[in-house]
Amino acid sequence: MVIPEVSVKLYEYEGRELFKRYGIPVNDYVVVRNVEEARKAADVLGGRTVVKAQVLVAGRGKAGGVKVAENGDEAAELAAKMLGSVLKGEKVESVLVTSYTEIESELYLGVIVDRFKRSPVVIASAEGGVEIEELARTSPRHVLKMEINPLIGLADHQVRRVLSFMKLSGDIAAQAGKILRGLYRLFVENDCELAEINPLAVTPDRKLVAVDAKIIIDENAVFRRPEFRRPESGSGLEAEAARLGFTAVELDGDIGIIGNGAGLTMATMDMVKLKGGSPANFLDVGGGAAEDVVDKAARLLLTHPKVKVLFVNILGGITRCDEVARGIVSAYRSVGGGKKIVVRMMGTNEEEGKRILLENGILPFDSMEEAAERAAALAR
Amino acid sequence: MAILVDRDTYVVVQGVTGRQGAFHTRAMLKYGTKVLAGVTPGKGGQNVEGVPVYDSVAEAVENHPQINTSLVMVPAPHAGDAVLEALNSNIKLVVVITEHVPVHDAMKFINYAMLRNSHIIGPNCPGVITPEAAKVGIMPGHIFKRGKVGIVSRSGTLTYEIAYQITVNGLGQSTCVGIGGDPVVGLNFIDVLEMFRRDDETEAVVLIGEIGGDLEERAAEYIVRTRYPKPVVGYIAGRTAPPEKRMGHAGAIISLGAGDPASKIKALNEAGVAVASTPKEVASKLVSILK
Repeated sequence: MVIPEVSVKLYEYEGRELFKRYGIPVNDYVVVRNVEEARKAADVLGGRTVVKAQVLVAGRGKAGGVKVAENGDEAAELAAKMLGSVLKGEKVESVLVTSYTEIESELYLGVIVDRFKRSPVVIASAEGGVEIEELARTSPRHVLKMEINPLIGLADHQVRRVLSFMKLSGDIAAQAGKILRGLYRLFVENDCELAEINPLAVTPDRKLVAVDAKIIIDENAVFRRPEFRRPESGSGLEAEAARLGFTAVELDGDIGIIGNGAGLTMATMDMVKLKGGSPANFLDVGGGAAEDVVDKAARLLLTHPKVKVLFVNILGGITRCDEVARGIVSAYRSVGGGKKIVVRMMGTNEEEGKRILLENGILPFDSMEEAAERAAALAR
Repeated sequence: MAILVDRDTYVVVQGVTGRQGAFHTRAMLKYGTKVLAGVTPGKGGQNVEGVPVYDSVAEAVENHPQINTSLVMVPAPHAGDAVLEALNSNIKLVVVITEHVPVHDAMKFINYAMLRNSHIIGPNCPGVITPEAAKVGIMPGHIFKRGKVGIVSRSGTLTYEIAYQITVNGLGQSTCVGIGGDPVVGLNFIDVLEMFRRDDETEAVVLIGEIGGDLEERAAEYIVRTRYPKPVVGYIAGRTAPPEKRMGHAGAIISLGAGDPASKIKALNEAGVAVASTPKEVASKLVSILK
């Protein structure tokens, strides 16, 4: 069974709440959803403030989603512009009003899941405020990457190593050590894939304060972190597929793709492209898909306006070709009008599946390559 | 010879009484795999397809001391504990089929396995098969034929597709290892390449990668560094995948400039790997190399 994937990137304000819970100091902030609240928040915070659009896409600052306001009126004006606007494809539903922090220098602290090391890795730099991936590429010596054994956790000597790498000493080092320990604990206790403070600001009075928060929770752990569950509320092919229990990704072309298994479905897209066609989507029905599952997937694509041709590629292992064929036929009969369909199937109960297709006027293919060629030709 | 599983593989199936567990236990027995026991806590005393069920791995091993391999088909919330249980019973190979295992659980049991000198395959994998000897996983056995090509892959059905092409071209496989589609997996390309290097039966290796992470680039670096002595043919799925979208597998995502197919193909090509652009071409490249 494919479980619909939940988006669990956290908004900055959610990240800040977590930071506070783990003893990581943040500058003062208020989350607001309308203009009046923004004015009030800026007045309460007093003086200069920063208004920040709450979106999950990267590159918010460059896209105009972070602005400085001198007073309550300006904050209200900025909030009015941001709220309801679309920033890099994402609608702004709320904004954060934060106090303006004087920054002397900027540090970076993060913890990520490292695929190759199969362990958490602490990332630290004394040159925060920039994209850490970029900095790691251009000045790798300025970025520390330190593996943490997940069975042991962050050890004291590892904390000391981070502090000395960042050339911190005295009271600032003590603050940073406490923040790093809090961040690692947050990372583990909330099933994070990423927990990042960038920048971690050093203020003129030598205090460390987090002025942004980026946290991504492991989708597969949401069952035990229900507070991070997000209702699937989007529209379009991907959201509809998720509601039906499939993983789908929308693409630009006109050939709808259904496959079983992520690798084979990607390979099917690639083959269609190689043969001169253009895939409209990626849709994986998963292992062991029964008739009704295939029927739903086929209906979803056959009724989608951009799909001219539907290409189904099934390699039967635990999936039975006869079940797949019945699902395809049922969908095609009721909603297939005018659209073309190409099916390639191989494996478990292949003969029965092909017989069902042939009886209903669909010519099955043996070869993935020939089927992809046919789909591309039909779409032209 | 072959690697990881063979005629001396004795299996316990954890999660044996579930629908999938029972189905695949039957399929493995039919293939000739020696499944000696099953485990489902609270269901000890039952049997599945004639295989006795125990409440714990410790009891299964006590009654069947030959057990050296576990197949884990326990639902994701409990899979991590099931793997630790197998490791605590000193099982040397644990194959984790379960999908959606939390990554923090996977990091823990993989690191624990390293300390105990055990191997983990998966999670989120189809398992491992040495044709005509042992199948520890969920792959359709009839597609595979014993031969001289080793396969290591992040995918399931795509592996079957490529194995099938290899079979119909008369080559066959020594062992096929599905390492899993999750971001963090136990054995990776390098570990399995190293095993194939030492396996006399394997004359060439197929490496099936996909977008996401840098395991393929790391494998390319390993092939160059160790002057890998056997020919390697590669295939990378997801050449047409858009960035920042998860393509089905949790690990299949081009993110923050990492994991794109072009970098993988380039690294493999530069390491002397023959990268095919279709599954069929994998087989034809192998035929021309091994003829």
